[in-house]
Amino acid sequence: MIRKELMTVVRQREIAYRIFELTARGSIVGDMEPGQFVHIRPADSFEPLLRRPISIAAIEPEKKEFTMLYRTEGRGTEVLAEKKSGDALDVLGPLGNGFPVHEAKRKALLVGGGIGVPPLYELARQLSTLGVETVHVLGFDSADSVFYESEFSAIGKTYVATVDGTRGTAGFVTHVLEGIPDDFDTYYSCGPAPMLKAVEQLYPGKTGYLSYEQRMGCGIGACFACVCKSNDARDYVKVCSDGPVFPAGVVAG
Amino acid sequence: MSRLAVKLPGLDLKNPIMPASGCFGFGREFANLYDLSQLGAIMIKATTREARFGNPTPRVAETASGMLNAIGLQNPGLEKVLTEELPFLEQFDVPIIANVAGSQMEDYIEVAEVISRAPNVRAVELNISCPNVKEGGIAFGTDPDTAKALTEAVKAVSAVPVYVKLSPNVTDIVQIAEAVEAGGADGLTMINTLLGMRLDHKTGKPILANRTGGLSGPAVKPVALRMVYEVRKRTVLPIIGMGGISAPEDVIDFLSAGADAVAVGTANFINPFICPELIQNLPGKLDELGAESVSDLTGRSHLYELTDHRA
Repeated sequence: MIRKELMTVVRQREIAYRIFELTARGSIVGDMEPGQFVHIRPADSFEPLLRRPISIAAIEPEKKEFTMLYRTEGRGTEVLAEKKSGDALDVLGPLGNGFPVHEAKRKALLVGGGIGVPPLYELARQLSTLGVETVHVLGFDSADSVFYESEFSAIGKTYVATVDGTRGTAGFVTHVLEGIPDDFDTYYSCGPAPMLKAVEQLYPGKTGYLSYEQRMGCGIGACFACVCKSNDARDYVKVCSDGPVFPAGVVAG
Repeated sequence: MSRLAVKLPGLDLKNPIMPASGCFGFGREFANLYDLSQLGAIMIKATTREARFGNPTPRVAETASGMLNAIGLQNPGLEKVLTEELPFLEQFDVPIIANVAGSQMEDYIEVAEVISRAPNVRAVELNISCPNVKEGGIAFGTDPDTAKALTEAVKAVSAVPVYVKLSPNVTDIVQIAEAVEAGGADGLTMINTLLGMRLDHKTGKPILANRTGGLSGPAVKPVALRMVYEVRKRTVLPIIGMGGISAPEDVIDFLSAGADAVAVGTANFINPFICPELIQNLPGKLDELGAESVSDLTGRSHLYELTDHRA
């Protein structure tokens, strides 16, 4: 059930270069699943006008709190970064279809790139609770933009890659993936489309779920801003309402 | 009659609020959020004869107090709209206004003839103002003779009243309004989006894959209001006004300028509950203004006659 709620900011802090961690409290937390996203109105004004889609990084239903991580990229996220404890947060959500957590049986591989890393955190927590071993491969630009390495490490084996080589493996997540065993039954990935394509091509025989990033308008499937060509019977899919998580192979391109 | 009700050709509106075409799909997404029977009407997404995928992405870009879009009339085509989308909407007690688009005059005629006979379609909205397609669209809405001829041709085949959606991308919108009135239009809807651009500051590259797109949202409201006001002075046709409506005050402004009802576009993307919220808040707004009904406010701005003191 999609709802619009004025939630309350519990806390916000910058945890890495331009990466903010915001926790908010409200009743729609009870409906959230890993891999879904929320659509945030940064300010009650015409500037910025549109909502900002941000993935859900952690869900605490008993406290009615959720955490989202985002990178400041422009006017909307800069305004959002100014929110303080006690401020109201206009949230539409939860939106989209999340990761199917029950698909993984014994061991799962989680691959995230940059701001695609956050939704994998709640997924890792839930898989771990279900008794599934998780291996995490996280890619970032540079050491100063790495976040949640210790949080992921507390759940399972975690590898970090940075493009400039200032932390972990130098290069992309694929450089790490090529050097680790593929003894997992299911993989989950979120990040830029070229990364998702590379991950998909590495594991053609495995069950995989990919979460896509795309410029969005409404977030509920009405505006047709975030369409992608599809490889299945559908002419196209909308990332916001048909996704953002799709089984590997569905999104063309 | 309820104080919010408005009667227009083909349309018995419970209230003057309806979602604008292209901002509401075919209603399915919003039907999950609220009862669509609350709405005055629904202007469904433009329908063309064949299915259209639309333009490449990026298709939207935010601008100061507005947004640009270049979706490109993506829709499943006439056949699927008739067999899947319109039947879905039949469960709601709400009149449907079918937005009709095409590349050539024959497309408009064929789609209008067929779609106007669907049981819940109470009016056709001729889309002669889409700025985002290579052929057709806006080309029909910027030349008065073409606009008139198309209106006549569609009027001849339509089973329901025909409203013409006007483009603001013209020097004199009144001229187009008068032309479609002469062509037999039953009403006007206005305005479509204003052509615009946004560039990447670093590279100079246009953000939209289509390069240009249609501007909508609060940024366009003053332009829309002025155009409704000018057209109201020169035609008796009913006007469904739109352009940046997101608050009850905006609804009042459009009614005052001469609109008989209003459509809400971009605001649906920011607050999907905006239409029912406006409907709920409108009676209180009428009370504040001492108005008994919506129609008491229609055109009241024209009481302030301009004493021409300009050079």
